[in-house]
Amino acid sequence: MIKVTFVSADGVRRTVEADEGLSAREAALFNSVPGIDGDCGGVCACATCHVHVDDAWIERVGLPEEGSMESDLIQFAEGTTATSRLACQIPMATELDGLILHLPELQH
Amino acid sequence: MATAAAQFENIDTIPLDEINVANPYLFQNDTVGEYFARLRREDPVHFCRESRFGPYWSVTKFNDIIAVDTNHKVFSSEAKLGGIAVQDMHGVEGALELEMFIAMDQPKHDQQRKAVSPVVAPSNLLLLEPIIRERAGAILDELPVGEEIDWVKLVSVELTTMTLATIFDFPWEERAKLTRWSDVTTASPETGIVESFEQRREELIQCAMYFKGLWDQRVNNPGGNDLISMMAHSPATRDMPFLEFLGNLLLLIVGGNDTTRNSISGGVMALNQNPEEYRKLRENPALVSSMIPEIIRWQTPLTHMRRTALEDAIIGGKQILKGDKVVMWYLSGNRDDTVIDRADEFIIDRENPRHHLSFGFGIHRCMGNRLAELQLRIVWEEILKRFSFVEMVGEPERLLSNLVRGITRLPVKLHAH
Repeated sequence: MIKVTFVSADGVRRTVEADEGLSAREAALFNSVPGIDGDCGGVCACATCHVHVDDAWIERVGLPEEGSMESDLIQFAEGTTATSRLACQIPMATELDGLILHLPELQH
Repeated sequence: MATAAAQFENIDTIPLDEINVANPYLFQNDTVGEYFARLRREDPVHFCRESRFGPYWSVTKFNDIIAVDTNHKVFSSEAKLGGIAVQDMHGVEGALELEMFIAMDQPKHDQQRKAVSPVVAPSNLLLLEPIIRERAGAILDELPVGEEIDWVKLVSVELTTMTLATIFDFPWEERAKLTRWSDVTTASPETGIVESFEQRREELIQCAMYFKGLWDQRVNNPGGNDLISMMAHSPATRDMPFLEFLGNLLLLIVGGNDTTRNSISGGVMALNQNPEEYRKLRENPALVSSMIPEIIRWQTPLTHMRRTALEDAIIGGKQILKGDKVVMWYLSGNRDDTVIDRADEFIIDRENPRHHLSFGFGIHRCMGNRLAELQLRIVWEEILKRFSFVEMVGEPERLLSNLVRGITRLPVKLHAH
């Protein structure tokens, strides 16, 4: 199991565990973490699972490829930062154990 | 109507290649769902060789629709290729050729969308919520209890127009103009809303002149958080050519008006047709939050979006050719029971209610979805405070349109607590 911590905009931390291979979106949904709707079902089509990757983790997680569907969608999301990603596009892997993701303000 | 009725009788035997689900009469008499059900079973990516809209593909299943919607590099929304509806946008004689970002591809689409999207961003909605709630309450307080009224006219139209007027900071006493312009934008002569495309053109030019006046007032006053001020001050939109300015305004008017209007009416219908769900709602008003996305799925206020293939592609095993017109029938995908459990049932506390197609997916996904949900939530919260039952007391009437799934009349009687 891989640990991932979601930090809400007002600073509440929720650490959940997920199997390797699941996405960070699924890790949030399966544990009812508020702030991640994931309307499209996890197929990179809606940007309702937008997160800010913690600065300490962004190198390991990486940024979306320019011109990819993910970066096309992120540009329309609210409150984007230099470390914005869609949680459905972050697969849980051992090297990401302990990952910290911040939730944008007002994302449901 | 005669043609539609005759076809309906043969629905299970009519040859597949004679099915034309874009026939607007099938939406007016609400039989199109039967055709979609057959296509989903027998020919989920279906080619209609001949229609008044020309040849077109119908994509009817949930996942195939997402595949088209998220492949914007192959499936174009460009107005000059025909745009976003099965009825081509350009080329109708006498019609005004509007330019709106919903009917553009990258990169122009992205720039213009980003310029206007802050008006419906969650942070701006927080500011709008108390105003919308107060105005909604005032509309509901005016309604007579115990007598037959038309819910569409007195509530659905009023509420959405009022929200739109709020977003545009539109002169309050003249807000009925917004409703008219919204109706005219999507009208063709056969709907009876306008008599000719020339009349439509004339009215839309009047609309443009009116907004030009508001623009001129606001362009010298920075800082307004209404939509017109935002467009007048954003570098991406302030130097827009006239038809683009008009097109994008009308896009926001139609986007924020017709659609939510029909979801407000559709919710009343759905609850009346499913009394057990209405009972659950009365007993637990907190269910409003899961009911709202369910209403939006159930109603599917825009039946489809259309794309044009820029290159050959395969969807659902069918070979689509460059230049083909591809119609994503959201109304059908939202009834696809291989993806949505008991898709033919209206269930206000269903699991995962947000997993529906009504807002589309990908870069053209509905920009105002949060505002739509906010309005519907406020309306239902305020209805439940005031009325024990919004009772449907007559047959609803539906709009003659294959794009806007509209309810034009809905007789109801209100019951007080």
